Amino acid sequence: METGFSSPRTDAFPAGLRVLVVDDDLAWLRILEKMLKKCSYEVTTCCLAIEALDLLRERKDGFDIVISDVNMPDMDGFKLLEHVGLEMDLPVIMMSVDGETSRVMRGVQHGACDYLLKPIRMKELRNIWQHVFRKRIHEVRDIESHEGIDEIQMMRYGSDQFDDWHLLSGHDLTSGKKRRDVDSKHDDKDLGDHSSAKKARVVWTVDLHQKFVKAVNQMGFDKVGPKKILDLMNVPWLTRENVASHLQKYRLYLSRLQKENDLKASFGGIKQSDSSSKDPAGNLSLPNSIKMQQNDSASGIYGMPGNKTLPQSVDQKIHESDLKGIVSLSVMETKKAPIHDIPDPSKVSSSRMVPNHPFGQLEQEVKYARFNSSIPKQYAWSQVPEVQFKQEHKIHHRVENGFNHLPLPGLQHHVQVDFIQPTPSVSSRPFNKEREKPASIEIKPSYNNFSSHQTIQVAPIGTATNLFPVQSESYAISFHTPAPTLTATLSMKNHGLNQIFVNELESAQRNLISGNCSGFASSDGDLISCLLQGNSYATNVELQNKESFNHNCPELFVETPTCLNDAQRFDYDYPWESMEYPVIDQGLFIV
Amino acid sequence: MDVVSQLQRQFVDFTTSLYHEGFLDDQFTQLQKLQDESNPEFVAEVVSFFFEDSENLLNNLANALQQQIVDYNQVDAHVHQFKGSSSSIGAQRVKNVCVAFRNFCEVKNRDGCIRCLQQLKHEYSLVKSKLETLFRLEQQILAAGGTIPSMA
Repeated sequence: METGFSSPRTDAFPAGLRVLVVDDDLAWLRILEKMLKKCSYEVTTCCLAIEALDLLRERKDGFDIVISDVNMPDMDGFKLLEHVGLEMDLPVIMMSVDGETSRVMRGVQHGACDYLLKPIRMKELRNIWQHVFRKRIHEVRDIESHEGIDEIQMMRYGSDQFDDWHLLSGHDLTSGKKRRDVDSKHDDKDLGDHSSAKKARVVWTVDLHQKFVKAVNQMGFDKVGPKKILDLMNVPWLTRENVASHLQKYRLYLSRLQKENDLKASFGGIKQSDSSSKDPAGNLSLPNSIKMQQNDSASGIYGMPGNKTLPQSVDQKIHESDLKGIVSLSVMETKKAPIHDIPDPSKVSSSRMVPNHPFGQLEQEVKYARFNSSIPKQYAWSQVPEVQFKQEHKIHHRVENGFNHLPLPGLQHHVQVDFIQPTPSVSSRPFNKEREKPASIEIKPSYNNFSSHQTIQVAPIGTATNLFPVQSESYAISFHTPAPTLTATLSMKNHGLNQIFVNELESAQRNLISGNCSGFASSDGDLISCLLQGNSYATNVELQNKESFNHNCPELFVETPTCLNDAQRFDYDYPWESMEYPVIDQGLFIV
Repeated sequence: MDVVSQLQRQFVDFTTSLYHEGFLDDQFTQLQKLQDESNPEFVAEVVSFFFEDSENLLNNLANALQQQIVDYNQVDAHVHQFKGSSSSIGAQRVKNVCVAFRNFCEVKNRDGCIRCLQQLKHEYSLVKSKLETLFRLEQQILAAGGTIPSMA
């Protein structure tokens, strides 16, 4: 149902606006397509939410706006809405034949920029461009203004909550008032070519997100406000608005996780379930070989292997035999659409960085990851931003529009994976899936020394947060120590879990390619739980952190900092979080 | 009056009656407006989607209501879909039955639901035959060399 990839518009805006319509009702799909074409928009139709997500991920920056029905068989429209918002940060309009206030409210809460009632009229569709325009304006503002505007906003709006609301509702808080001051504040902020960026976006890298979560945790989740978070994060170029909008999404995400966790927890028991059906071999037969490279500077990110599109040479190799849980957890698929711009890979001095190429390609690779039903590409990671850069690289978070083509994070990250197996040799078993191009993350043999921790450096250079390093440490330890923790537990307790885990890893690995690795550190139980989060794998319940399971999942973010500091714990935070989305929806862990 | 004019007259009268009797509403007019030379079969295409969806939904509903233990959420979901589908072509009477049907689902009134299903089947078959008549008239006009009158 695609009408072909759209190239940047050459007509005067809003003509040529690239719209993606998602509706399972074929009659409406056809009608909307016709109406939108009459508005001179470029229309692509899709009757499945999963397909829509795939499309969006494949064509990063290929669409300007998404219109979706609320009720769809394969995925709840609100979930799709969340995903799109987090991964691609595109405006989404919801529509339904049901106009009940509560539904509309839900739509707005989930971030819909509008809610249309069917039957939809032409005039309603003619104006949808305003949502695109509004978003652009805000993005540019975000980039250009930070501190000055923040202060003004604070003064004007008082509580952060209120600010959030305004921010989200698209009000022009700052209008152009503070623009004149903006230039002077650009010193350290390297926004790249933000000035030319029409769609400047803040890239919520793993590192940045870690800081965010840390700040949130420090304050106590219930008491956070964007301004405070911003202060705690201490990232000069970040604006209050950036934080506010990210916080909103984060909250939504957590609340959804919480609900799902509660639901899952009630099922109890470990569900062996589908995991067996997921991965045929039951082991990590990750399609890509990940070559993990030990990176002492920490921040390695697992690139998800198997992304053929990965220009980078990230090869992920995963020991197949390592069922216990390959660490490729942190691999996030870069499928995610440019939700947040990926830091400019060029800044990474890693020789491995290979400029990426649109994430979309990564996404494609992941297909095989569909264990059960279609597995959404993992963009979950996207939540956790992309790649981590080594410290030595001055990674500038770059706000770019159409960042989509950021090099896959994989490049930038050095992923150190601690395989559970003691043998250092990382078997470079290419994934036996169809991925053509494995990400190249080299794993150094030294990974033998598990005890010396680190091999997994999921996090980006752990500048800001030592989350990653810690994580990797703990991670490594947990994973690799023969004895215990997770793996032992897993193998002992739940074979199925391992499967799941493995499966998840695979998917995670895939995602990793994109280089979005976020450190995973989770306690034994957490790990599983994280993995299983979106699923009915209540198995994690049985894991060590059974009781904390419920907490873990939804509160992954919140707990991350503490977890991280706890050497024995694995936190899969962000990556998993992000994986959450697809996982939960699809019942897959794959991120 | 020649054949074409007669047919056209018939067409206009028939269409008007459909609106008056509530079989179709403004949405159908909108569909006709959307149709143009580049897309001469647009309305017919959309209507065929409606027919297909409706028939599936009616089957699903019949199955769902025949269960020993009726899953009203499922029934409601089907009705909701039907409502959406009928709104796409402006099948107003069908849509109205859906509204009533959903109310019965909410209170889990099995008899009410079964009655609604019967009504749905009835209304659907009515609007289906009306639309088929309409299309036939259009074809006849075109075959006779005339143009279809615009009802906009």
